[in-house]
Amino acid sequence: MTQGRLIVKVRQTLGSFSLVAEFQAEGGVTALFGRSGSGKTSLIRAIAGLSRPQHSHISIGDDVLLDTARGIFVPSHRRRFGYVFQDARLFPHLSVRQNLGYGRWFAGSRSKEGEFDRVVDMLGIGQLLERRPDKLSGGEKQRVAIGRALLSSPRLLLMDEPLAALDDERKAEILPYLERLRDESAIPVIYVSHAVAEVARLADRVVMLDNGRIEAIGTPADVFSRALDRRDAGAVLSGEVIAVDPAHRLVTVGLSGGKILVPNADVEPGRKVRLHLPERDVLVATRRPEGLSALNILEGSVAGIEPDGEGMVRIRILCGADCILARITALSVERLDLKLSLPVFAIVKTVALQR
Amino acid sequence: MEWLSLSDEEWTAIRLSLWVSSIAMLASLPLGVLTAYVLARGNFWGKSLLNGLVHLPLILPPVVTGFLLLLVFGRRGAVGSFLDQYLGIVFSFRWTGAALACAVMGFPLMVRSIRLSIENVDRKLEEAAGTLGASPAWVFATVTLPLILPGVIAGMILSFAKAMGEFGATITFVSNIPGETQTLSAAIYTFTQVPGGDAGAMRLTLVAIAISFGALLASECLAQLVGRRVHVQ
Repeated sequence: MTQGRLIVKVRQTLGSFSLVAEFQAEGGVTALFGRSGSGKTSLIRAIAGLSRPQHSHISIGDDVLLDTARGIFVPSHRRRFGYVFQDARLFPHLSVRQNLGYGRWFAGSRSKEGEFDRVVDMLGIGQLLERRPDKLSGGEKQRVAIGRALLSSPRLLLMDEPLAALDDERKAEILPYLERLRDESAIPVIYVSHAVAEVARLADRVVMLDNGRIEAIGTPADVFSRALDRRDAGAVLSGEVIAVDPAHRLVTVGLSGGKILVPNADVEPGRKVRLHLPERDVLVATRRPEGLSALNILEGSVAGIEPDGEGMVRIRILCGADCILARITALSVERLDLKLSLPVFAIVKTVALQR
Repeated sequence: MEWLSLSDEEWTAIRLSLWVSSIAMLASLPLGVLTAYVLARGNFWGKSLLNGLVHLPLILPPVVTGFLLLLVFGRRGAVGSFLDQYLGIVFSFRWTGAALACAVMGFPLMVRSIRLSIENVDRKLEEAAGTLGASPAWVFATVTLPLILPGVIAGMILSFAKAMGEFGATITFVSNIPGETQTLSAAIYTFTQVPGGDAGAMRLTLVAIAISFGALLASECLAQLVGRRVHVQ
């Protein structure tokens, strides 16, 4: 049931952002991985036909879907690509059963007998069929959305951060279904995500994007070990916004081991956020420093000392349940006499909110 | 209670009013939905001109609208003479003209209501329908239309109510001919112009109140029914 190779060559300029990407995919799960703003959503929307990039070519097998040089553009409803959006986008006026049947109806003779029961069973949504979408939990909605896309008999399934809007518990609920989908269905999948854990667990192939360019293509293990050497390696922590100070454009984020101030004003209190603390912007002190411009000083203890053999050392500092990474010189480790479980202060110079 | 029974003439006016209002509402509905869609979604040169044109009957004195209709759709009018000659449709001094006048007067209200509900439709849902294989026409029929149904119903009721109460444009365009163009409002007006017509005017007034109230109730019920179906909060 292979549909042939998906070939994507996109060259698009949107304001000051340019996206130049070329990759191919065939069978299995291909993850488009990168931070927000890296261009992965632009790329998947172009593949789906939801946007029309300027100088591009997209084809699957012998079927050319977009060729700007030849003026070919196949609209999304004729591409036969299933699309799972971050927000499930179930039709509110239809029941779950009708939502599932929607794409199936347009697929007509292509939809196979018994497919409905198989998909419903695989996603565990049998008891939801007569409900309305507004009576479903976030995780249930997303499972129905996946089923709806699958039942439209797509030749390729596009998933745009299908888990990003869910909390950790819901993510854990859906991930096994995605694994079943990967293992049981022959439909190739393009999976957009910024979560290393998800991608490492699901993908056969990773296309890593940064700032509109492809940085690496390979197996998850390959790509992620290389990524560790990148300049922005560091800790990613989850927290909740406690307070917003619009005057200084700062938000206070509560972590398990303290509070941290982050420049940004566009979030509301109570929102769960992820923080990225680049390891080279974290300093280590054995006494609480005073008279520093740095706003964030977190108390913790040394949980790991990992020399890289080139004069630099990665220190893991445990603050509550969170682990902060600091990259310092081997000389500093000696001078401070850093040892495991030594109480230390982590001075965080920069911290950024991640979506 | 003798004074409460309606004369044949009064019944005719009531029937005519209901008929004219219903036809005006139904005939203008497709064009109303189309115009609302274009105004809500379109981005073209002259959009504000179209918007102004649609709203004109709302701000012009009804008599002026009626006179303009007479100029355009009358026997000698540019459009009127064409329709008469080639399609055999005559508006002037016919009930069809009364329906046209009512439709024009109710049109801005209908378009406003439908336009607002189209603007409230989550376009992401339409995008999702497209990825599931629905062509734009199917997306409209299966997603957009069901979601805007409450707004469409509200627009229809507004248009109907406006038509029931329409007087100025109708009487200017098609006059006040019993049995042909004499609607409820015109009949009440006629009664007030003759000595001893008070009782008739009162009877028809009660009927007008009853019909308006009924329409309002019906719209509430329908909106609730549909609202429950599409979960519009």
